[in-house]
Amino acid sequence: MRKSLVRKLLAATLLCLGPVLFAKESSPEAKGPEGIKAEIKEYIDHHLQDSHSFNIASYTDDQGHEVHWGFPLPVILWDDGLKVFSSSKFHHGETVAESGGNHYMLYHNKIYRTDAEGTIDYDAEHHPTNVKPLDLSITKNVVMMLFTGLLLFWIFAGMAKTYAEHGGIPKGAAKFFEPIVLYIRDDIAIPNIGEKKYKRYLPFLLTIFFFIWFLNMFGLTPLGVNVTGNIAVTTALAVIVFLITSFTGTKDYWKHIFDPLGNAMPWYGKLIIYIILVPIEILGMFIKPFALLIRLYANMTAGHVVLMSLIGLIFIFKSWVGGPLSFGLSFAISLIEVLVALLQAYIFTMLSALYFGFASEEHDHEHESEEPVLEHL
Amino acid sequence: MEIPSVVGAGLAVIGAGIGIGMIGGRAMEAIARQPEAYGKIQTAMLIAAALIEGIGFAAIFAG
Repeated sequence: MRKSLVRKLLAATLLCLGPVLFAKESSPEAKGPEGIKAEIKEYIDHHLQDSHSFNIASYTDDQGHEVHWGFPLPVILWDDGLKVFSSSKFHHGETVAESGGNHYMLYHNKIYRTDAEGTIDYDAEHHPTNVKPLDLSITKNVVMMLFTGLLLFWIFAGMAKTYAEHGGIPKGAAKFFEPIVLYIRDDIAIPNIGEKKYKRYLPFLLTIFFFIWFLNMFGLTPLGVNVTGNIAVTTALAVIVFLITSFTGTKDYWKHIFDPLGNAMPWYGKLIIYIILVPIEILGMFIKPFALLIRLYANMTAGHVVLMSLIGLIFIFKSWVGGPLSFGLSFAISLIEVLVALLQAYIFTMLSALYFGFASEEHDHEHESEEPVLEHL
Repeated sequence: MEIPSVVGAGLAVIGAGIGIGMIGGRAMEAIARQPEAYGKIQTAMLIAAALIEGIGFAAIFAG
């Protein structure tokens, strides 16, 4: 009983600590309100982006030096051969890095090839015109994804072992995860895909659910990562869903796209309708995963922006009102974000299961009219 | 006079908000009427809400 209370307190402290540590990162200098607003905006933009170094906190000390907490990550470039060096060479974007005779410079978290002085040329719209080498670096997001993958593997491999040892009785972490796994099987996979075929898709659904959920939750910790709020990550996830849907699609799935009316109408009637209908169906194939990727990306990004803007209130108010107000609001939003993290993982899994259900359904041709209501998501 | 695009985004979000509110409200009524269908209603509600939310976000990004 006592132990659980201590745990609850610990969890509550960690939750409160999140905003505090975030707040520490900004450097409140003597600037006008406009300057502070611009700085907060820049800071939020910086947070939302991927980064070449794992920076946990940075501030300016009493002597005016910038202090960065964190560690550098490897930079891997493909530019006339493989170039590998540590991102500490950039000194947080302040210096030019040299590798194999080429010079590189960071500009807005992107690597550009420059001369030895690090000159970046701009076009009329202030976009750099320097060459951008193919960047295969292990960035902050890649590190987080690898870490989450390993963590999931460790948790679930351990769980499998305890099941084998105790004859199928959940112990330890399994007590927490078993209901979730069962929920995904019984309430997401089976109703949407069907008793017969759900087993093919269940491993993927479970993986994607826990992967997204864990990454969303890591986004709320003081680590300051924003993996699922990165459009490249969600695009990759949606592309995987699209490929699985397309490659496991049955004859009936493709028939539904290219010949939805079947024998209900003679060919000359179908011709007129299909000029409009078939392109829409083909578009729908791509819009479904597109909606999936935008939803996850936008939800997570919006959550982070709201949270960090509320923390930024401290620096805008600059009085005793700011602290408690910002703390109260960001604490409440943090709690909502914990719910959103779970909800978005659930929605992604749920809709993936729905699409797999369409792909694997075999029509009972007697009931052609009784199609699912959510056909055109 | 030109209306800024953020106004349009705001209007779209108001619409999305009303829509999600109505879905939530109706789902409550449905659950109150048939508590045994709770699971099914909740699933359908979340899907519909997620789709409308997508439109809201699309508007924010366009705006």
